[in-house]
Amino acid sequence: MRVGVIDYGVGNLGSVLRALEELRVSPVLVNRATDMHATTDCLILPGVGNFADCARLLNDGGWITALRDEVLGYKRPLLGVCVGMHLLADSSTEGATEDQSTSGLGFIPGQVRHLRSFGCTLRVPHVGWNSITPICPDDRLFAGIPAGTDFYFVHSYAFAPQNPADVLATTDYGGPVTAAVWRGHVWGTQFHPERSSRAGFRLLKNFIEGPTC
Amino acid sequence: MLKVRVIPTLLWKQFGLVKGLGFDSWRRVGPVLPTIKVYNQREVDELVLVDIVAHQSNDDPDFESIDEFGQDCFVPLTVGGGITRIEQVQRLLRAGADKVSVNTAAYARPELVSEIAGRHGSQCVVASIDVRAHEDGWACFSHAGQNATGRDVVAWAREMEDRGAGEILLTSIDRDGTMQGYDLALIEAVVSAVRIPVIASGGAGSYQHMIDAVKQAGASAVAAASIFHFTEQTPAEAKAAMACAGIPIRQPFRG
Repeated sequence: MRVGVIDYGVGNLGSVLRALEELRVSPVLVNRATDMHATTDCLILPGVGNFADCARLLNDGGWITALRDEVLGYKRPLLGVCVGMHLLADSSTEGATEDQSTSGLGFIPGQVRHLRSFGCTLRVPHVGWNSITPICPDDRLFAGIPAGTDFYFVHSYAFAPQNPADVLATTDYGGPVTAAVWRGHVWGTQFHPERSSRAGFRLLKNFIEGPTC
Repeated sequence: MLKVRVIPTLLWKQFGLVKGLGFDSWRRVGPVLPTIKVYNQREVDELVLVDIVAHQSNDDPDFESIDEFGQDCFVPLTVGGGITRIEQVQRLLRAGADKVSVNTAAYARPELVSEIAGRHGSQCVVASIDVRAHEDGWACFSHAGQNATGRDVVAWAREMEDRGAGEILLTSIDRDGTMQGYDLALIEAVVSAVRIPVIASGGAGSYQHMIDAVKQAGASAVAAASIFHFTEQTPAEAKAAMACAGIPIRQPFRG
């Protein structure tokens, strides 16, 4: 099974690749959209970035069309991490001028907004280890990961899916915050599994060893 | 609930880790790679790795060494030292960094912080601020504590926040290496001036010092070096002591 890590010009690629190697998976770093189909079985869209900038890089690199083909057409499993999860949404207000928003991939309908717009009055960014509550414990992504497990978060914006059924897990930071989303064979985590030590390894393993990956 | 982080700070000079006293009298404390490996196995919350001589040259950060140091690290790694240009950040992220800390270069060109935040997000850029106390406040120093910048810490911390920094790593040069306790008044002054997380640094010598930094001064995280290098005290015990004091700390995953 070939796990492709999408290199679109941003992201903590070193950390993601090493976490996969630790799981004895040989990751494929995909740096051309046209190579994606032939070289991978499932995909990770990493993130450490500003949404508007990331969306522009995805567009400039031809990734948006290619990802739509792979994910919607070929049903390739996809895991988005942090801003990679945000990019699964319809749009985000991060990096956009007033009252505007930038379009995402639209795989999971919903909007990405600043934590303050959800009523969070705590310090932003939300940085550090925070516990998650899986809403749908039967989903494969959280298999063997009990409620209350800590994962590493570092973000100022959060994803509000249109359909609450797409929320797979939440965390609490001055109110409920989406920690993971899921629709069909597309997953996203707000936290960084590649930096969440053993809990993160378990989650990545769950993604990779799924029946369709 | 968000947990308070205990962050070992690893200062790196040429080939090994060092630790000083008041940013001076550097002592060698061991090699970098095995230290990172041990901290990773013990599941520390996060690591900060700073090249303390990188600012002396105009060269790029030592990407190759950082790549090597990052190979056994599966907790968040903040890398600092010698970052002067936005292009260097993506190379550091490729080498295994998750966040970068900016210090000296920000005084000469504060836009660097905005540029990194604009490309990689605020959460990726940590403003590292080194200060010395004076009669009525604290003054910021650049170049590993060597050069006075003429900046007041509260004003500078606010400027860093406005420019998009996601966290402040606040170090008291006076307390550095003394193990006499954090400068609680300093931490409190900055914590109340900004709305981003503040990491207390400089002076930790006991677990009680860490508890005080969080409970009395409002730090979001505590960084420490000497206490872990030169005493028998460990990050795991620090967290146990903090938990006893009612501070939320992370439990290792046992799944």
